[in-house]
Amino acid sequence: MPNNIIYQGAEAILTKTTYHNLPAVQKQRIPKSYRIKEIDTPLITYRTKEEAKLIIEARSAGVPVPLIYDIDQKNGILLLEYLSGPRIKDILNNLENSVLETICQKIGKNIAMLHNHDLIHGDITTSNMIYQDTQIFFIDFGLGSKTTELEAKGVDLHVLMEAFESTHSQKTHCFSWVMDGYRTHYTGKSKAVEQKIHEIVKRGRYR
Amino acid sequence: MICLGIEGTAHSYGVGIITNEKKHCNVLANIIHTYQPPQGGIHPREAANHHVTYADQIIKEALTHAHLTLPDIDLISFSQGPGLGPCLRTAATAARALALTLNKPLIGVNHCVAHLEIGRGTIPACTNPILLYVSGANTQIIGFAEGKYRVFGETLDIGIGNCLDKFGRYVNLAFPAGPKIETLAQQGTTYYPLPYTIKGMDVAFSGLLTGAQQYISRHKPLKDICYSIQETTFAALTEVTERAMAHTEKKQVLLGGGVASNTRLRDMVKTMADERHAQFFVPRKDLCIDNGAMIAWLGYVMHIHGHTMTIKQSKINQRYRTDMVEVTWYA
Ligand SMILES: Nc1ncnc2c1ncn2[C@@H]1O[C@H](COP(=O)(O)OP(=O)(O)O)[C@@H](O)[C@H]1O
Ligand SMILES: [Mg+2]
Repeated sequence: MPNNIIYQGAEAILTKTTYHNLPAVQKQRIPKSYRIKEIDTPLITYRTKEEAKLIIEARSAGVPVPLIYDIDQKNGILLLEYLSGPRIKDILNNLENSVLETICQKIGKNIAMLHNHDLIHGDITTSNMIYQDTQIFFIDFGLGSKTTELEAKGVDLHVLMEAFESTHSQKTHCFSWVMDGYRTHYTGKSKAVEQKIHEIVKRGRYR
Repeated sequence: MICLGIEGTAHSYGVGIITNEKKHCNVLANIIHTYQPPQGGIHPREAANHHVTYADQIIKEALTHAHLTLPDIDLISFSQGPGLGPCLRTAATAARALALTLNKPLIGVNHCVAHLEIGRGTIPACTNPILLYVSGANTQIIGFAEGKYRVFGETLDIGIGNCLDKFGRYVNLAFPAGPKIETLAQQGTTYYPLPYTIKGMDVAFSGLLTGAQQYISRHKPLKDICYSIQETTFAALTEVTERAMAHTEKKQVLLGGGVASNTRLRDMVKTMADERHAQFFVPRKDLCIDNGAMIAWLGYVMHIHGHTMTIKQSKINQRYRTDMVEVTWYA
């Protein structure tokens, strides 16, 4: 089995592999030796399970996500469909405005569909989106949760706002286009969510 | 150049005197006097009264310790915020009075940034760290990015120090409870599960505090609960610090704040750093806790980089955010 590391983050190592001849990505959460086992082991199991659960719920909410091929909770392993497209982060700065507008609206639509089902992604940044077959796939639900709280929805969008500011500072319209898509597809009161975002900005919760 | 710095953001009043040795900080004096509340809790006014009472005496002590007299001082620095209004005003007033009588420049600095800069100033290898700043009221993960110091993560409710002190009060440990909890934790052997709350790069401790108190009311051994509190809170702090390091691609981590004295926290952060092939730094203890030397050092750094301040501009700012500081000196 080929074992190429494609990404090593703070929490997990991602390797490219195969699953019955299909290209796949293995996401393995790494035990941390600074943590006692009594904390580390259940945490890794819990997060792996939660991420899988949220990916499945996101899929039924209509949001493009990778398929889950396999899960090994005890060892913190998720086997996911390999998405061959580029990350939004890596292409966004080179896109024409008209294309960019469409993409941002689709991002907003994805977020609205998650929020319609009270799904919180928890880390909506352009590195957690993959562009493939004209669709925006959301990945990395490791920090996600399920809640009806307005605050959580506001924070979810605020994270993206800040990501645009820090990584794509020349593309100043992106976030308002995202909000256009969000407003169109969010079935709750989008005004209230927007109000929340303003509140969070004012409060100075920054990342 | 010799700078005198006055710290007074909370319960501690500190006067530090520093001078520069090329680009590094040489601490000539660092006198700290901490207000001990008769009963736990926050007493901004009483703390401020304490600061007023000791202000002159501590300045004199610092000068004596540094073998200097007032005319030797070239610059006066003070903690402009964030912090408790009455305490901040006391420090600012003392600093203004000194600057005016000596006819020397005055500069107000950000307390949180000072915690980071004192590490860079006194530890030559520490050039570009992520700071895990853990004190009573403050729990923040700070680093330099895109022209500013930014807060990558912080507590969503209470500071880690407050969490420890509140638990301490619940089990009748004297204030500050941190060191006593550390000693008890070293005897703990059984882990009792507690909420491990991380949201992105933020942490929260109030749920854990409630959980720990419940164990005590159900007569679980105190030493085991202390052990469980430390293991849980410190692991969460280490995890968010690692995330910030990965996010910013930084290869250094610095501890600051009173809780930085805790050996278990140091162990964890160091283990994390070693595994990432990153460097781990802790300033000496009197430079970790709230102190005047760090205020003096940041004042000096800002002064030589052209920052000036009139008396009018020296108003305190209780909500002085880390990312409001215009950082022109970072290199
Ligand atoms: N299903 C996938 N297909 C292709 N690449 C992926 C897939 N999942 C993750 N990646 C790549 O790995 C990186 C890290 O994955 P992610 O799930 O975001 O982990 P982390 O929690 O460490 O950020 C992503 O930014 C992306 O480049
Ligand atoms: Mg990711």
